[in-house]
Amino acid sequence: MAVEHPVASPPGDQTRIHNIGYRTYDGPRLGRSYARRSLYSQSLRGAYGLGRSVKSKVLPMLLFVVMCVPAAIMVAVAVATKANDLPVEYTRYAIIMQAVISLYVASQAPQSVSRDLRFKTVPLYFSRPIETADYVRAKYAALASAMFILTAAPLLVLYVGALLAKLDFADQTKGFAQGLVSVALLSLLFAGLGLVIAAVTPRRGFGIAAVIAVLTISYGAVSTLQAIAEVQNSSGSIAWIGLFSPITLIDGVQSAFLGATSAFPGGVGPTNGEGVVYVLVALGLIAACYGLLMRRYRKVGL
Amino acid sequence: MYDPTVARLTYRALLGRRRALILGALPLLLIAISVVVRGLAGADDQTAADLLGGLALATMVPIIGVIAGTGAIGPEIDDGSVVYLLSKPVKRPTIIFTKLIVAIAVTMVFSAVPTLIAGLILNGNGQQIAVAYTVAALVASIAYAALFLLLGTVSRHAVVFGLVYALVWEALFGSLVAGARTLSVQQWSLAVAHRVGEGDLVTSDVGLPTATVLLVAVTVLATWYAGQKLRSLTLAGEE
Repeated sequence: MAVEHPVASPPGDQTRIHNIGYRTYDGPRLGRSYARRSLYSQSLRGAYGLGRSVKSKVLPMLLFVVMCVPAAIMVAVAVATKANDLPVEYTRYAIIMQAVISLYVASQAPQSVSRDLRFKTVPLYFSRPIETADYVRAKYAALASAMFILTAAPLLVLYVGALLAKLDFADQTKGFAQGLVSVALLSLLFAGLGLVIAAVTPRRGFGIAAVIAVLTISYGAVSTLQAIAEVQNSSGSIAWIGLFSPITLIDGVQSAFLGATSAFPGGVGPTNGEGVVYVLVALGLIAACYGLLMRRYRKVGL
Repeated sequence: MYDPTVARLTYRALLGRRRALILGALPLLLIAISVVVRGLAGADDQTAADLLGGLALATMVPIIGVIAGTGAIGPEIDDGSVVYLLSKPVKRPTIIFTKLIVAIAVTMVFSAVPTLIAGLILNGNGQQIAVAYTVAALVASIAYAALFLLLGTVSRHAVVFGLVYALVWEALFGSLVAGARTLSVQQWSLAVAHRVGEGDLVTSDVGLPTATVLLVAVTVLATWYAGQKLRSLTLAGEE
């Protein structure tokens, strides 16, 4: 119990509120679209560790280098041997490097959203003029752009190298454009899946493992089943099995419409009819990821 | 050396709430695939060996090992709550040993048991394939758990490095460079499995004596060094 002091209230009017110089903000209000753009650019920079500590730059930069070095080697070989064609098609490159791409999305998707959840900064974002849709779009677009940079850069290396090696211009440009469309689709799909999984858990490590598990286990399962279907001579089912993992989905889309040779066992990609299903499933998955993210962030009190 | 309270806390951290569901989803998927394959292809020893070797041992065991091994200590170090554990009068090697036991147990339950079930579904343990791969999964669980527990104490990005080892080193380099296979937990455990299996369906690039020595050495050294790391643990601030 505090001791009751008699309040010494001096007679007369001595009390007053001092003006200590608080001012209202009268600068320009940059508004919602500016906040969204900032969130996008900061997330995109964060995906490569820019503006963050040296330690967090190591992994994304390393993966970026690992992604580009084989392309540079292939170009060097093509130039040195005066080959008529690049050793690898533009559309095939991402399929070969899928382990690196998976690792990148697995490490950066939780980086992008899990930390906001864990340190409870999401409510702070929503105290700014942005809405759920803005946050989701900015994060999704940022990760998809980062993935696109990661997957398109080696294609650019291949393309420039092919032109330097004086390969056929029209042919190479067509292949390059097809490759870009395919990696754009791949970036959207992988970024969506990664973000949906990462947004569930505030634990970064757990998010990484979950994303990798979904990507590699689904690929392992699908390719095993396809190999078995190939042995069993039921090659009709190979294409349908391919629908169930992200990387084979992309493979199917590009071998049906983008002139790629399929990496499926037996080299038989989906027919045009099946290809339509592939495209629909891929677009449906992207839309579903967006919808799930919107639902996830409708309430973020945790 | 074994502290029941630490063990209980670790079990709760690993299997609490939704985490057990996600850990359980992988084995369920393996069993579901086995059922589908059995339905499609019938009982075939080669198929069974391919599926168990390619999917169960090469992908599922390492991933569960990473989740359990790093998950046993990583999150605590990450959010700093490990200081409350370290400030208790429990020896740090004891903490590591207890967490190792828990990680091994979780990895075994979620990887070796489903491997056995999947093997039995696939070909009813013909040529001892199911048992051989189960033994491999058991042995690999021990080594993976010890290795990834060490990674969890060494690095904040333990999960990524663990996955890089499991997927890039063992799967990618292992298939390209023969020498990388000598330094692979998967091959060591296959060497043990080769001993158990009857036919030539389970093969390894490493001899059994080498494999056993390396397995024991890696497990013991990793556990010892993890204990040492924990003795001099400094908590770095969030990046």
